[in-house]
Amino acid sequence: MTASPDLLIRNVRLAADLTERGADHQSVTPVDLRIVDGRIVERGTALEAREGERVIEADGLVAMTGLVDLHTHLREPGGEQSETVLTGTRAAAAGGFTSVFAMANTMPVADTAGVVEQVKTLGDAAGYATVRPIGAVTEDLAGERLSEIGAMAQSRAEVRVFSDDGKCVHDPQLMRRALEYVKTFGGVIAQHAQDPRLTEGAQMNEGALSSELGLKGWPAVAEESIIARDVLLAEHVGARLHICHLSTAGSVEVIRWAKARGVEVTAEVTPHHLILTEELVRSYDARYKVNPPLRRDEDVRALRQAVADGIIDIVATDHAPHPVEAKECEWDAAAFGMVGLESALPIALLTLIQEGHASWAELETLLSQKPAEIGLLEGHPASLAAGETADLVLIDPTGSSEFNLGSLKGMSVNSPYLGMELPGRVAYTIRHGYVTLDDGELVAPEVVAQAAARAIATATATAGSAQ
Amino acid sequence: MRHLLDTRTLTRDEAILILDIAEDMSATQQREVKKLPTLRGKTIVNLFYEDSTRTRISFEAASKRLSADVINFSAKGSSVSKGESLKDTAQTLQAIGADGVVIRHPASGAPAMLASSGWIDAGVLNAGDGTHEHPTQALLDAFTMRRRLFGENSRGRDLDGISVVIVGDIMHSRVARSNLWLLKVLGANVSFVAPETLLPYGTREWPVTIYHSLDTAIREANPDVIMLLRIQTERMHAAFFPNEREYARNWGLNDVRVAGLQDRTIIMHPGPMNRGLEISAGAADSERSTVLEQVANGVSVRMAALYLLLSGERGESA
Repeated sequence: MTASPDLLIRNVRLAADLTERGADHQSVTPVDLRIVDGRIVERGTALEAREGERVIEADGLVAMTGLVDLHTHLREPGGEQSETVLTGTRAAAAGGFTSVFAMANTMPVADTAGVVEQVKTLGDAAGYATVRPIGAVTEDLAGERLSEIGAMAQSRAEVRVFSDDGKCVHDPQLMRRALEYVKTFGGVIAQHAQDPRLTEGAQMNEGALSSELGLKGWPAVAEESIIARDVLLAEHVGARLHICHLSTAGSVEVIRWAKARGVEVTAEVTPHHLILTEELVRSYDARYKVNPPLRRDEDVRALRQAVADGIIDIVATDHAPHPVEAKECEWDAAAFGMVGLESALPIALLTLIQEGHASWAELETLLSQKPAEIGLLEGHPASLAAGETADLVLIDPTGSSEFNLGSLKGMSVNSPYLGMELPGRVAYTIRHGYVTLDDGELVAPEVVAQAAARAIATATATAGSAQ
Repeated sequence: MRHLLDTRTLTRDEAILILDIAEDMSATQQREVKKLPTLRGKTIVNLFYEDSTRTRISFEAASKRLSADVINFSAKGSSVSKGESLKDTAQTLQAIGADGVVIRHPASGAPAMLASSGWIDAGVLNAGDGTHEHPTQALLDAFTMRRRLFGENSRGRDLDGISVVIVGDIMHSRVARSNLWLLKVLGANVSFVAPETLLPYGTREWPVTIYHSLDTAIREANPDVIMLLRIQTERMHAAFFPNEREYARNWGLNDVRVAGLQDRTIIMHPGPMNRGLEISAGAADSERSTVLEQVANGVSVRMAALYLLLSGERGESA
């Protein structure tokens, strides 16, 4: 089996070296990275290119370990008119992601070993990103009986994150059992915090605006009360808890309090909750319809501050593709969700780096290291040091460009950013040593699939020789 | 005007223009031949996704008296759940050459969405959307108030300083919302009276005085107008209030309360009324009541709105 073509990345700045908020990315010394057989084998300066080695001149670019999305909806199986594992991972690669965790609300629901293995296999074959399926907490997301958590954890998909996302595990006794049971398998429950009774028919954030627009309100307390309950349950049983897509200032305060108590809780925020507000709903443009809903200015400010303070651990996209007809309709009838993989990094640059809420090193933690840690993503590089897996992304932080339909590489176009000028650019995405995004252009599916097959064969051979 | 979607974005001048044109239209309705040739050759579609006989026939009468061709399309049951989308319906209307679409829809924002979609060139007139707005109802209410207060001198007048108390299920009422925005832009002082469960969340951020007690509101707001809203009996089972008796006792306009009103105070109701619940028979049938005037004025106001939307060349600006 032929090894992957070797790569030499020259004169790249490492995000990990940019620890000061507001620092110019040019302020650190660039390095060269040599990649052979899917691993970084050498890090230095003025490395000489070897014969047959591809050289990427990366002066002006910033390198981070490959982005990891702990919250992606790939829709396959069952929702292939919205997205497939292939198209979703193409979107991921375009956004700088080398790994995605695929949510369980597919049709059939990912609540058995069979479905999660199918999703993983499709991801392996596509090759654009490592796909780690998330298993449903309850059978068919019905919130009544635990799903086969053990079977999914012990399957080839090695599921470690369990979530009924899209629905809240709202029965407190079932939530307690779930927290306890996943401990057995080293897992974590990712809770979609939404009290179902307080949000019956809810369409947007509850407030003066929802009343004015005549859209049923979605109170902040419906999220905050579930988080408060669950952190206490997690503390009581000593389990790990992850809270999906925090959206209110009050939720931040609950997490802040829980962390101060020592509860093993982590929290995520979506890029869109860091930038968009409920005012946009005035248009009744269903692209802004999302779960949890867009909130107020003060919530957006609190979420950004919570990232800066380390109360929020990760940024996760909640990439939720939908076909056009699910969005080109009356607000009440429209589906919740927006796509987010391709726009995550520009929005993070805009809201966190440019606003001084995070350094580049912290951004790497938010978008790569910490999501991998929460999801127990084995093999994810801890840094861009020699010996690590060559999963990385090269970003041009300068300039801006219009985000348009051409920017979207998945199957759906339900993005709120179309027509907006967004900063930065994902230039290269490299997974297991091979390029999936090449100077802003996706590499062809057959090329990526072949490279992925070679990478798997190489990894298998290496593992075999080590035994 | 390109469309009439709400009252919240109407300016004072636009509102007064509509009301003044409604005065002209009303004058024509006193003639033996009530029909005007103004919209001859125009096609207006009444696109009703929700049952509303009163509003539909009011629009139908207004369109016909302006000589427009009217197509009544009861779209109830053909919404997304049944198959055809609003987009498909809109494109059908575009294909048959509709000049104006009067839309009643259970989803808030559906008319706004239709107007901005690019699916249709027709002028869109909101005839009530979800719990959002019902602009022509508010305009006919303002028209009725102006007529009662100023009589023959109504033309050109606003409602500066007039006290309007709106009582009942504010939460689910598009009429209350449209009235609030319109009355405020016309200079009136508006009060809402309801149990807390029937007040929309965040109402206290709106330019309105809130009362829980109707008696206190009557005493403190000294209303020129009391407007009752219909209580839908299913609300009782949704725990917004315990029962009919308790509601009527606290928020119903009964004969005792009517007797305590100032002589000038008029009683309005958008209909249909629940006699004995939100309004007593005595109040409904008294000389203070404007219920039937509201119905008659509705035709004039809708004629004015359709005239402004559809006469002459349709431009982009107001």
